[in-house]
Amino acid sequence: MTSVIHDIGYQRYQGARLGRGFAVRSLYLHSLRTAYGLGRSAKAKIFSWLVAGLVLTVAAVVAGVRAITGEVLMDYPEFADGAVVLVVLFVAVVAPELVSRDLRSGVLALYFSRPLRRTDYAWAKLAALVSALWLLLAAPMLVMFVAGAFSMDSWSGVWREAGDFAGGLGYAALYAVVFGSIALAIASLIGRRAVAAGAVVAAFLVTTPVVGLLEVVGGENAQYLAGLFSPATLMLGVHGWLFGEVDALYPGPFGLWYGVVTVAVVAAFTGALLMRYRRVQR
Amino acid sequence: MSTEHPARTVGRVNLIATEELTKVYGGRVRALDRLTVSVEPGIIGLVGANGAGKSTLIKILLGLLPPTRGSARVLGLDPLTQGDQVRARVGYMPEHDCLPPDLIAAELVTHLARISGLPPTAARERASEALRHVGLYEERYRQVGGYSTGMKQRVKLAQALVHDPDLLLLDEPTNGLDPAGREAMLELISRIGKEFGISIVVCSHLLGEVERICDTLVAIDGGKLLRADRIESMTTATGVLVVEVDEGIEELAEALAALEPQRDGPALLVPLAGEETYDQVLRAVAERELPLHRLDQRHHRVAELFSPEVAA
Repeated sequence: MTSVIHDIGYQRYQGARLGRGFAVRSLYLHSLRTAYGLGRSAKAKIFSWLVAGLVLTVAAVVAGVRAITGEVLMDYPEFADGAVVLVVLFVAVVAPELVSRDLRSGVLALYFSRPLRRTDYAWAKLAALVSALWLLLAAPMLVMFVAGAFSMDSWSGVWREAGDFAGGLGYAALYAVVFGSIALAIASLIGRRAVAAGAVVAAFLVTTPVVGLLEVVGGENAQYLAGLFSPATLMLGVHGWLFGEVDALYPGPFGLWYGVVTVAVVAAFTGALLMRYRRVQR
Repeated sequence: MSTEHPARTVGRVNLIATEELTKVYGGRVRALDRLTVSVEPGIIGLVGANGAGKSTLIKILLGLLPPTRGSARVLGLDPLTQGDQVRARVGYMPEHDCLPPDLIAAELVTHLARISGLPPTAARERASEALRHVGLYEERYRQVGGYSTGMKQRVKLAQALVHDPDLLLLDEPTNGLDPAGREAMLELISRIGKEFGISIVVCSHLLGEVERICDTLVAIDGGKLLRADRIESMTTATGVLVVEVDEGIEELAEALAALEPQRDGPALLVPLAGEETYDQVLRAVAERELPLHRLDQRHHRVAELFSPEVAA
């Protein structure tokens, strides 16, 4: 025997070919990992985990205060509302990471020459961003729930807490869908990540003064409806509609409007995203 | 074709066949014009000047672009209606940069293997294999961003090869490479075609480059088919000797009049009838003691192939 490693030559692949559904799932998982910098350099992990650390810390404080004093500083939907600035920052950084990078590197040509369609790509990326965002909100809620459940005296208390928790997870999902679809549609238009991140933040920020202006100058109905014009206040309106009182004028009697506009916003931005990838070159 | 790899043969079906294939962009720009061509498995050179319609043809073959008129079949499948199946069996290496710089080569190729439908474990194994076949060993654990152009081209080739396709579509694979790099890339492509038994379409605007590794040449210009033929029949038709002497070119032309030479600037073009043509030219030069500067078989350029007398 010699110690030479023989070139065994080219081997044909006889195994399974899993096709389009598997391709979409693979891209989804790859993108979800990308959102948290997994499988990448330490530098790519810093931001996502910093934001995750911050929301988890807030949740731990809320849970701690409740365990010691019994006072509930914020319930689950309020926690999501309170995290809005971090949510905006998170999507502003992660959305360009998921789509702008691919636009700039030209890797789309490699994806589209495989059994993966253009719209499959868009759906996989959207699902990944929405999942990443949902996890960002759901994980701290889980911390709050576990702490809350342990401080309950009775099973009925735990059961009630579980119901609230489930509602919180649902609200977090809605939050993730709204912010994720808007951010990804915007980022998909811009190849430079820094510019895309700026554009996403701007899109969420420029709408805030509109709401403020309407609240000041508008009549009573205009004040109730003002929240429709910015994603954060839109969510606040939905929050009020679904879970009752919030610390804002809206939605007033217009809760259903907030629900309908939310669905319309998600549909419009998702549609724009799909259109974008039907046409994008390369 | 490919007797060592009987499994590769796609029955009696042509590798690629197009029928009156036409693509018009925006109602005006005619990228492909009633292109009818069919080729058998092997290494096929697709040559044409920039803008001749090569990339458009490739996109139609991949099912990424619908033709305006006409039809195409790849591996017996219609890319328009069976695009997913075509793309599962074809590997594509684009002309432009397409590698994310922040990813590690092994990870990128593994990921793309999964997108081609290979299960996770198989994807990882075949990614290592493919990178090894293109000559990337330890380097495959580094980020693509730090690679040389030659290494990037190899990664692009590896990702096209990773899912064991029946057909490779390579768009200008030697682009941006230095002469040594071009040589190595052509060598690699030739090996993939001949030893791995994978059919390959190599797009290039440099005929001289692809003619050495191809067994079939397809030449297009302005979206129209100029020629499609086995390489042997093409080279005999275009065989010509270039003779340059530092002085006495007129004298030499007279001496070789029987061979019907043509003047081309400082050089004399002598139609190559066979080995004896070399002897005749050398004898004529030696007898007149002319200072011979150059004597070689002409490297064909696309321009020549496109010239009327050759196309005819």
